[in-house]
Amino acid sequence: MTPASAEPRSELATLLFGRLSLDSIPYHEPIIVMTFLVAALAGTAVLAWITRARAWGWLWRDWICSIDHKKIGVMYMILGFVMLLRGFADAIMMRAQQAMAFGDAAGYLPPHHYDQIFTAHGVIMIFFVAMPFVTGLMNYIVPLQIGARDVAFPFLNNFSFWMTTAGALLVMLSLFVGEFATTGWLAFPPLSGADYSPGVGVDYYIWALQIAGVGTLLSGVNLIVTIVKMRAPGMTLMKMPVFTWTALCTNVLIVAAFPVLTAVLLLLGLDRTVGTNFFTNDFGGNPMMYVNMIWIWGHPEVYILILPLFGVFSEVVSTFAGKRLFGYTSMVYATVVITILSYLVWLHHFFTMGSGASVNSFFGITTMIISIPTGAKLFNWLFTMYRGRIRFELPMLWMMGFMFTFVVGGMTGVLLAVPPADFVLHNSLFLIAHFHNVIIGGVVFGVFAAVSYWYPKVFGYRLNVFWGKVSFWCWQIGFLFAFMPLYVLGLMGVTRRVSHFEDMSLQPFFVVAAFGAVLIGVGILASLIQFYVSYQRREQLRDVTGDPWDGRTLEWATSSPPPEYNFAFTPRVHDIDAWWDMKRGGYQRPTTGFLAIHMPKGTSAGIILAGISAVVGFALIWHIWWLAVASFASLVGFAIFHTFNLNRDFHIPADEVAHVESAHTRALAVNGA
Amino acid sequence: MSASNAVMAAEGADRWLVREDLHAQPGTMLGFWLYLMSDCLIFACLFAMYGVVGHNYAAGPSPKDLFELPLVAVNTAMLLFSSITYGFAMIEMQRRRVNATIGWLAVTGLFGLAFVGIELYEFQHLIHEGAGPQRSAFLSAFFALVGTHGLHVSFGIVWLVTLVFQLKRWGLTDATRRRLACLSMFWHFLDLIWIGVFTYVYLMGVLR
Repeated sequence: MTPASAEPRSELATLLFGRLSLDSIPYHEPIIVMTFLVAALAGTAVLAWITRARAWGWLWRDWICSIDHKKIGVMYMILGFVMLLRGFADAIMMRAQQAMAFGDAAGYLPPHHYDQIFTAHGVIMIFFVAMPFVTGLMNYIVPLQIGARDVAFPFLNNFSFWMTTAGALLVMLSLFVGEFATTGWLAFPPLSGADYSPGVGVDYYIWALQIAGVGTLLSGVNLIVTIVKMRAPGMTLMKMPVFTWTALCTNVLIVAAFPVLTAVLLLLGLDRTVGTNFFTNDFGGNPMMYVNMIWIWGHPEVYILILPLFGVFSEVVSTFAGKRLFGYTSMVYATVVITILSYLVWLHHFFTMGSGASVNSFFGITTMIISIPTGAKLFNWLFTMYRGRIRFELPMLWMMGFMFTFVVGGMTGVLLAVPPADFVLHNSLFLIAHFHNVIIGGVVFGVFAAVSYWYPKVFGYRLNVFWGKVSFWCWQIGFLFAFMPLYVLGLMGVTRRVSHFEDMSLQPFFVVAAFGAVLIGVGILASLIQFYVSYQRREQLRDVTGDPWDGRTLEWATSSPPPEYNFAFTPRVHDIDAWWDMKRGGYQRPTTGFLAIHMPKGTSAGIILAGISAVVGFALIWHIWWLAVASFASLVGFAIFHTFNLNRDFHIPADEVAHVESAHTRALAVNGA
Repeated sequence: MSASNAVMAAEGADRWLVREDLHAQPGTMLGFWLYLMSDCLIFACLFAMYGVVGHNYAAGPSPKDLFELPLVAVNTAMLLFSSITYGFAMIEMQRRRVNATIGWLAVTGLFGLAFVGIELYEFQHLIHEGAGPQRSAFLSAFFALVGTHGLHVSFGIVWLVTLVFQLKRWGLTDATRRRLACLSMFWHFLDLIWIGVFTYVYLMGVLR
């Protein structure tokens, strides 16, 4: 059999399948085939397990179609963890390649595959790990912290989640059908244009991000309206918990930044598919316009990721120091100032563009100014701990690791903000070390702090401490081993995205970095073991009080896990730490007088719309035009059909509320709480 | 004594809890505003793109060679009139007259269709003259900006037709009134964008 690429394709095949052919499946690459086999086996095992447990109906009704913000939050977190495994697999492959590919040794990854891996690693870690984690946390916690029963638009929330998942699905699909982009995570043209990336890789990138972007934008709108309109009586803006404040700022950033990404990817897509000349080198196009626009989204994006975790650390530090947060007002103002400044620094990502000294100094200075509110936050956390009775529970460990790691990352960031220094360090491994320093030290440590802090709220039992500590120390030490050598290499001038080196003297640094990556891998494994062990021992770790840490904010005022309706009665707020105030003020749990509660109803429309969107994306990636038109028409048709469904809510009867609440009362009585 | 205790307990409870059914404030209008602002940013990017590469003709035609202001003026009139008639529809909605509302919506939809029709004619004419979106960065940016606006109007028309059916079926309920108000904001928003397009792209294009 001759390879299909040698034969001209028949017009019929092109009409039916576009660019898709059997050749698109990389069965000749052993690494991918093995990955596929493992993924297929694991997938089949999960499906078989669900079938054997007869859990499909439950899964469909109670999770997939659920519009409960708590379940959607949990699903976001699961998506984040699954994609973290994929993104980490990419990372360890890169570290292994760079540790061995010196001189005559070519390593085990061909350059084309290596390029796909570093692109996929960046895209996955930002869009499908960090974003789902952040969105999941906000989804779960914000309504509870403001004393609401759900978000403002529960159906949109479900739809947003499934759109994010559809985007992740397309990225995963690119591994087995076709290829992924080889351009780096922001796909700069002209490299990402049709001339230099003629394959489907960049198209996968564009459409995965467009589909996931719809979900992100809508969940941004949703959470802003939730926070603005649905706070409990008495909770004025300056009495909102800090996590809710950071969530508000993050969602403002999402709504004000993601449309720019949508627009710029749309234009890149037009360049590639229609042959327009926005970012081409000839016919008047301007590639730097792409770089500017994508960073106008991209810089706010890094604050979208970190701000909610600043909120998490604020909650954690005041809870475990047993003190009110030091400088609440300055914390809020610092968050808002960071929100605004994050729009005024984008050009520091390309000082080398050639915009001249004045422009570069403006952006250099604004960048340095951001470290002031951030520094204020760090001092607020330190002063909160000062003379507090600190309990070194898991969340607090991650918090301390964050303070130590993030400060280093912040300082190398200020170094990079100096334009002359940036001319030397631009695109080097120093930059790579810097942003991993802030993203791992800030976002990842923050997510682990948040997970160990709120896990008892979500599932009703604490996480195992031993495996949590193993995970923490592996991450903390592994991070130092993996990225400190990169700082050194970067200062020596080693550039990023290189799959092979000639200078043997660099090899020891890469070997150390690879060892660090392995340690981080052990940390991830320890987390998974932690979840498993905690589930096994859930009866010993059980918390019936709903307030295992002696918390301060309203999410601890209800049972763990919270009932579907969150609060039987909406709380009234008189103080910043509302639940602390209630506990000190002699609050008694109500046991009578329950009312029926109005709640939204689950729906399958979200997953159906997102599923059709994924088909539209697939058709556009592979130029299967008939399918694109047909699936887009059915997308619009189904959306219209959904607007005719007015049967969207129901009442939980007062009896049932009373039943749930009295069960909790009995549990409290049994445990003597 | 026991009575006063009960009163105290009730007051204590009311200090911390809302004992009656609490209705959340409706958030749809705020949410829709936020969506519109995000859409506005997409147009801002397209305007910026046009602003930066709008002079790059690549030895091809310039706005002066291409734009026919009388046609664009007629087109602009179509859209402005459609906004006025949508306003009439909203007034009829306030008077709770379903059929009059539907009537004005129908007029609005026809104006919208005329706008899209004239725009498609213009595009077809340009492409026929060899001034398609591939010809130069200027034309790419022109087609992207004007085309995105036209796509929005087309979606508005689909939405409008859907709403007419829903009005016929359910009359002026809370849901349909809310949807009419959202579409109203959407429609006027597109009008506003078009005023920017007309001024910045067409008028200033022919003037310079």
